[in-house]
Amino acid sequence: MSAVRRVNSESRPVRWALLTLAFLFLFLFLGLPLLAVFAEALRQGFGPYAAALAEPDTLAAIRLTVVVALLVLPLNLVFGVAAAWAIAKFDFRGKSLLTTLIDLPFAVSPVVAGLLFILIFGRQGWFGPWLAEHDIKIIFALPGMIIATMFITVPYIARELIPLMQAQGKDEEEAAVSLGASGWQMFRRVSLPNIKWGLLYGVILANARAMGEFGAVSVVSGHVRGETNTLPLHVEILYNEYNSVGAFAAASVLGLLALVTLLAKTVVEWRMARETAMLNAELPPEKTDK
Amino acid sequence: MNKTLRTVAAALALLGFVAGAQAQQKELLNVSYDVARDVFRDYNPKFTAAYKARTGESVNVKQSHAGSTKQVRAVADGLEADVVTMNQVTDITFLVEKGLVAADWQKKLPNGASPYTSTMVFIVRKGNPKNIKDWADLVKPGIQITIPHPKNTGNGRYTYLAAWGQALRQPGGNEKTAAAYIAAFLKNTPLFASGGRDATTTFMQRGQGDVLITFESEAELIAREFGRGGFQVVYPSSSIRAEFPVAIVDKVVDKRGTRKEAQAYLEYLWSKEGQENAAENYLRPVDADVFKKHAAQFPTLKTFTAEEVFGGWEKAFNTHFKDGGSFDQVYQAK
Repeated sequence: MSAVRRVNSESRPVRWALLTLAFLFLFLFLGLPLLAVFAEALRQGFGPYAAALAEPDTLAAIRLTVVVALLVLPLNLVFGVAAAWAIAKFDFRGKSLLTTLIDLPFAVSPVVAGLLFILIFGRQGWFGPWLAEHDIKIIFALPGMIIATMFITVPYIARELIPLMQAQGKDEEEAAVSLGASGWQMFRRVSLPNIKWGLLYGVILANARAMGEFGAVSVVSGHVRGETNTLPLHVEILYNEYNSVGAFAAASVLGLLALVTLLAKTVVEWRMARETAMLNAELPPEKTDK
Repeated sequence: MNKTLRTVAAALALLGFVAGAQAQQKELLNVSYDVARDVFRDYNPKFTAAYKARTGESVNVKQSHAGSTKQVRAVADGLEADVVTMNQVTDITFLVEKGLVAADWQKKLPNGASPYTSTMVFIVRKGNPKNIKDWADLVKPGIQITIPHPKNTGNGRYTYLAAWGQALRQPGGNEKTAAAYIAAFLKNTPLFASGGRDATTTFMQRGQGDVLITFESEAELIAREFGRGGFQVVYPSSSIRAEFPVAIVDKVVDKRGTRKEAQAYLEYLWSKEGQENAAENYLRPVDADVFKKHAAQFPTLKTFTAEEVFGGWEKAFNTHFKDGGSFDQVYQAK
């Protein structure tokens, strides 16, 4: 509490200076580049912009990006909920190891992650000969890109849920079970409603990352045009072709996605805060104190 | 529960849709280097039309472009390229070592399997304010050179070998004078770009450097993109001959049953249309008639090959670009 008071007691000019600095920084490093993307994309008017987006290769890149995200998110959802559940509600040996492992993708560079999968599934890798014999393509095809994206986005949902579930404790679940609920009923009626906003928040973050991932996907993609190029990879290709309208048009799709994500995130955050406030209001005061 | 099942079914259907869209017609995958996009974007429709007219069969050609070393690595790691079209023999030798390409690949097609050539030229600012005419001018104090990295890009390697080779071929030139020239050359190179295209953007868009060294063919693309007003091309008195070797990836075509199509695809590069296509993209065609027709766009200069000056690519690579090679020695001493 004392820290809060001290910040509030800063003089007005200092507060203003700090605020201006923060906004200026945000504008220069986040707002301006985003504006530049749209300005460059629309430099020659809306016609060329629309035409650039309607290019078969660009459409294929958009489609692939969506497909990868749609396949990765459900898998991550299941894993994220299961892992968070295990960590938050049970005590077991190796719990801290599991927590650390979930964080691993944050620590490993995406390029290294991509190379790891090449070492495992590549033609010269551990499973390479076996995969080739059975004519299964993983690297340089959709499965490889899904695996790489999953690796990168695995922590987002679990990381979001663990603190939430830990804060909520297991009282409500225990109450549900003691009243005769089955495991699934307990999950659907008690746990899920409690975590739904946190879960959604995690999904939004994971989705943004999945669609924007470059490094790991670049290593396992093979860059086949119209086939294994996701939107971020396609942006680089177009830019290197001196096709700046096309590159920025494709980038603007990613930019729009970022804006939508931001909006969705704000809405979810707001709902989350409101629900927590409501929950806290109903609880006896000593429980809110940390 | 039903809902979950339906979601899973939808996901599987989606997967099927993606996979299904891929396999119907015969397909070739051409894995190529970074700046070859334009050549093959023009060439592929010409080939497919001619092939259809000749055989009645349709074939679809897919392209993959990135830095040359990264590309051959990907092929070695399982990217199923039917053909590789590269800008250095060493890249294909790497695939021979990995058992993907037959050792005699250069004998299977004319001209050592290189359907066109190019050379390294200088691009300077409009009016040539620093008066750069030849290699000797590059090492004068105050000149800034922009090139991609010689250790991991084909473009950079050609530039480095061109600089080394011409110094070696000067009257009284030897390994020592060449090394001294390279030291001075690298001293004037404040930074390396990550690839051919990156070097061009650094030079043209960000205005870095007094001279960009790149393929003759790239100069024309720069003119098309940035307009002809901002720069001019300088032909040095001598330069290296860049070759663009192509090969069938035997292991892949045998597995996929595409040898016939792949062979036709590469052979067509030597046809009149293929050669014309190269010339239109400012690559020097090997066909004498086509070359003569476009002679105006290819000024004459003395060229030397890696074989003549360095005793082959493998030797050149080992002495200059391997870790601890001449580049590392000179660069660390800088």
